[in-house]
Amino acid sequence: MTMGTVLALVGAALAVILAGMGSAYGVGVAGQAAAGVVSEDPSKFAKVLIIQLLPGTQGIYGLLVGFIALSNIGILSGTPKELTVAQGLMMLAACLPIAVVGLVSAMHQGKTAVAAVGIVVKKPDQFGKAMLFPAMVETYAILALLVSILAVNGIKL
Amino acid sequence: MADKYIYAVARVRALEMSLFSQATIEQLIAMDTYKKAVQFIREKGWGDSDSSKLDEDEILNAETEKTWAAVSEMVDDMSVFDVIRMPDLFHNLKAAIKTVVAGDTPAKVFFDNAQINGEQMLAIVRDKAWDRLPEYMRECAVLAWETMVHAGDGQMCDAIIDRGTLKAIKAAAKKANDPLLRDYAETTVAVADIKIAVRAMKTGKNMDFMKRAMAECDTIDVSRLSAAAVSGMEEIQRYLADTQYAEGAEALASSASAFERWCDNRIIETIKPQKYNPFTVGPIVAYILARLNEIKTVRIILTCKLNQLPEDAIRERVREMYV
Repeated sequence: MTMGTVLALVGAALAVILAGMGSAYGVGVAGQAAAGVVSEDPSKFAKVLIIQLLPGTQGIYGLLVGFIALSNIGILSGTPKELTVAQGLMMLAACLPIAVVGLVSAMHQGKTAVAAVGIVVKKPDQFGKAMLFPAMVETYAILALLVSILAVNGIKL
Repeated sequence: MADKYIYAVARVRALEMSLFSQATIEQLIAMDTYKKAVQFIREKGWGDSDSSKLDEDEILNAETEKTWAAVSEMVDDMSVFDVIRMPDLFHNLKAAIKTVVAGDTPAKVFFDNAQINGEQMLAIVRDKAWDRLPEYMRECAVLAWETMVHAGDGQMCDAIIDRGTLKAIKAAAKKANDPLLRDYAETTVAVADIKIAVRAMKTGKNMDFMKRAMAECDTIDVSRLSAAAVSGMEEIQRYLADTQYAEGAEALASSASAFERWCDNRIIETIKPQKYNPFTVGPIVAYILARLNEIKTVRIILTCKLNQLPEDAIRERVREMYV
């Protein structure tokens, strides 16, 4: 296995690890808020659960990019390609947008989800609007996902 | 740090839904009789479930206990609320000293929710085991005890403990390091100093008494306030007009109860922004203060109803609600 292949593998790992860490944090804090609400008002379980899940998508995006990258470098098929250092660095750079933006956006989305849970408690009929606030943060994770997928697929190996 | 209160704040948001609004308070005021007013709060879930024979005091005390029980379920370190609980703790000290000195059988004069309950406090005072008290209480406990035993001066004993309470509130707020708790402590101490000045002026107390009763704070200059109190009510109002308590001076000119109401409303205004804060301990502190304010307001209304005061007179005394 060449250094280039190792660098590409590091990129795929970072996409999964950092985005996954962000989602774990986001879903965790939103889950704490959801649990607080349900302990007093179990009827709001479904609504707060949906809000809790919103920061979980970044982890999925990271997994997707990581999966495509692993597939492109041949790790999944069991025959890793011999990548040059330049190719490996390009693959690593291609994975970084979803890795970094996934981490940061999931953390912020988690905090916004906590605030949205507060809306659902006080005004359950405003659930749709409450969901929009954390959903707005998602935009930037999607943009990063798009760039990462285009870049990972665009690198000639 | 802020993340550690997320669960508790969300739970508090759900609990806030059962706080009395201004409309509910209006309904309570509109009740014809005291009995109907008590019935009304029972229907709202106040008191214990098997409280058919409970009187007003028991219902309201049960609500205070419920509030602290709920908060202690969601927050591990209750010391963060020392700023709010300090008056109950020092009240227990005051009650224990007077009970021991008078040699009476202890009546129901203690707050069980305080960090040291009545029984423990009585034992400490009886044994003069001051080292079993928190460090911030020891000096004032010894001084209050000696004043009570040697001089038999109950009023000075109260003043010493009240000053100890205010100093402890300030110190606890500094330790808690939360802006809301700091604001609350500052307002509490400043308002207490103003009340001391007014009472001292009305009862003709001298500067020395005020010096021993007032506690230092950032927004009131106690030496200027006590000097103003010696000169009369107008001087107190003139001094307050130059401070952030200018509106309080206007209320003071109206009546003592208007001033008390202004003080409570000011605290409610201070905590209102916490309704939109999903993190930090602030919303939990705000909920506790809102509940205590609600209980106090209901107590005022029930007392007015018992004394058959007209609705307008009750409204003058009713506090603003948090929700």
